[in-house]
Amino acid sequence: MFYATGLTKNFGDFTAVDSIDFEVERGESFGFLGPNGAGKSSTMKMVGCVSPASGGELRVFGQDPATHGPQIRARLGVVPQKDTLDEELTVEENLWIYGRYFGLSRSEVRSRTTELLDFAQLTDRAKSKVEPLSGGMKRRLTIARSLISRPEILLLDEPTTGLDPQARHVLWDRLFRLKRSGVTLVLTTHYMDEAEQLCDRLVVMDHGKIVAEGSPRSLITAYSTREVLELRFDTDDHAHHGDAIAGIGERIEVLPDRLLVYTEDGDAAAAAVHQRGVQPLSSLVRRSTLEDVFLHLTGRTLVD
Amino acid sequence: MTAATHAPSSPTKGLASRLARAMPMPAGAGMARILVERNIMGFRHGWIALVTGFAEPVFYLFSLGIGLGGLIRVVTTDSGQSVPYASFVAPALLAASAMNGAVFDSTYNVFFKLKFAKLYDSVLATPMGPRDVAVGEISWSLIRGSLYAAAFLVVAWLSGAVPSWWALLALPAATFIGFAFSAVGMFATTFMRSWVDFDYVTLAIQPMFLFSATFFPLATYPGAVQWIVQLTPLYHGVALERGLMLGEVGSGLLIHVVYLAALGLLGLFGAARRIEKLLLS
Repeated sequence: MFYATGLTKNFGDFTAVDSIDFEVERGESFGFLGPNGAGKSSTMKMVGCVSPASGGELRVFGQDPATHGPQIRARLGVVPQKDTLDEELTVEENLWIYGRYFGLSRSEVRSRTTELLDFAQLTDRAKSKVEPLSGGMKRRLTIARSLISRPEILLLDEPTTGLDPQARHVLWDRLFRLKRSGVTLVLTTHYMDEAEQLCDRLVVMDHGKIVAEGSPRSLITAYSTREVLELRFDTDDHAHHGDAIAGIGERIEVLPDRLLVYTEDGDAAAAAVHQRGVQPLSSLVRRSTLEDVFLHLTGRTLVD
Repeated sequence: MTAATHAPSSPTKGLASRLARAMPMPAGAGMARILVERNIMGFRHGWIALVTGFAEPVFYLFSLGIGLGGLIRVVTTDSGQSVPYASFVAPALLAASAMNGAVFDSTYNVFFKLKFAKLYDSVLATPMGPRDVAVGEISWSLIRGSLYAAAFLVVAWLSGAVPSWWALLALPAATFIGFAFSAVGMFATTFMRSWVDFDYVTLAIQPMFLFSATFFPLATYPGAVQWIVQLTPLYHGVALERGLMLGEVGSGLLIHVVYLAALGLLGLFGAARRIEKLLLS
């Protein structure tokens, strides 16, 4: 569907995207995972043909965004990071006019709108203005809007940031349906659970570079252990406790608020900690996530 | 035979693409009218603006033309004709309201859409391009301006302030004045950082409104000041409208047309370029 080699984006002296390579196949669900400022959105904008690349090669549907921007955009659906809904218009008018921007006829736009309002569970709000809608509803409307042109690729920039857990699950469900219907999904996120839920394959970005690539499961296998033991102590300096449990598990990460013990068997590690007479305030065994992968690759947590 | 097959493609399109090649005009999909459609859609929810846009020049006409006109009676125009004050001031009010409407639309409204509603961000994610945005917004402002101008002309004619049939051309002229100001206004808006910068707009508009030979003839000014007045765009708008509505028509009017056309094209080109730079970087 699209690929990039050596793709670079500079803003003045600052390099937002630093020579990255990736390729996305039709029907795939592909993610860019990384903290704020990693270059995810800049990459999405280049793929969406609204920001010219500073260097490297990018081809979408085999075409060059620099010369075929409008043709490529005609086949893309874009869900920007911040909702850019038209607040002067009603819910249904938002869908109508967006379809018209793609050159669709009025009758075509109306029939698709009916369908999409149903998909976005907004049929009963069709005549409402956009402004009073909840965050989740606005997001669903933005996604419905991006689908009015029946895009082959859907670009979602942080689709669920700022939504409450319930709204996120509704949204994920809708995205799953799209994926099943054959739409290629490309999303950025800094949520591990989102990447694990939605992405077949992802790249981890940091400081404009790709630091790892693979399926969520393969990344966890490659860069982390099966389980993680989290220990919290009643202390200002968790590093101090790191020495006391050195040697337990395969690896220990010291965070400001907790210690992470990477191990194949979390319960056994917890028992070992207890045996040494170390008394944590709390201990928790969990499965390894992409957050751990990121932490291992960069030494930092993803969100803040 | 080839000529026959090519004939249906509209000559304006050929002209537009030739112009586009001549100037490095940003891309568009030729779909500016869809943005106009969007604005009409939004306008249906805020039709009250139509009333105010119409009311302003009409209020001025009654206050100045009828009220003040009762005291002044007759004015000698710059071409030496003696006319009632209402007839003298009506064309100027038409030109000034064309300017005000166009400037308001292309500055406040466009700034809001550009910076806060992020309307153009979503538009540019579709096949539409920066040129469509610029042309669409300016066209919309012209459509609105023409409606106001038509309504004003009817009221002015009914109140007896329009002596010449040339006044029929005052309507397209008002649209033309609107084009020049709308394009320049939109161009200026792309440089604005916050609402505070709009004071500069007021600073430019207000003296023009008062001193562009709007309420008194150019001859009132001393020689040097006349030159300055003649450099301002509204002066050319006023002079054009006055020539048409008072029937003082001559080739001299073409100077005003050329001045306003140049200003409008410069603004249109600049606005499209700046939108491209701001939103597609």
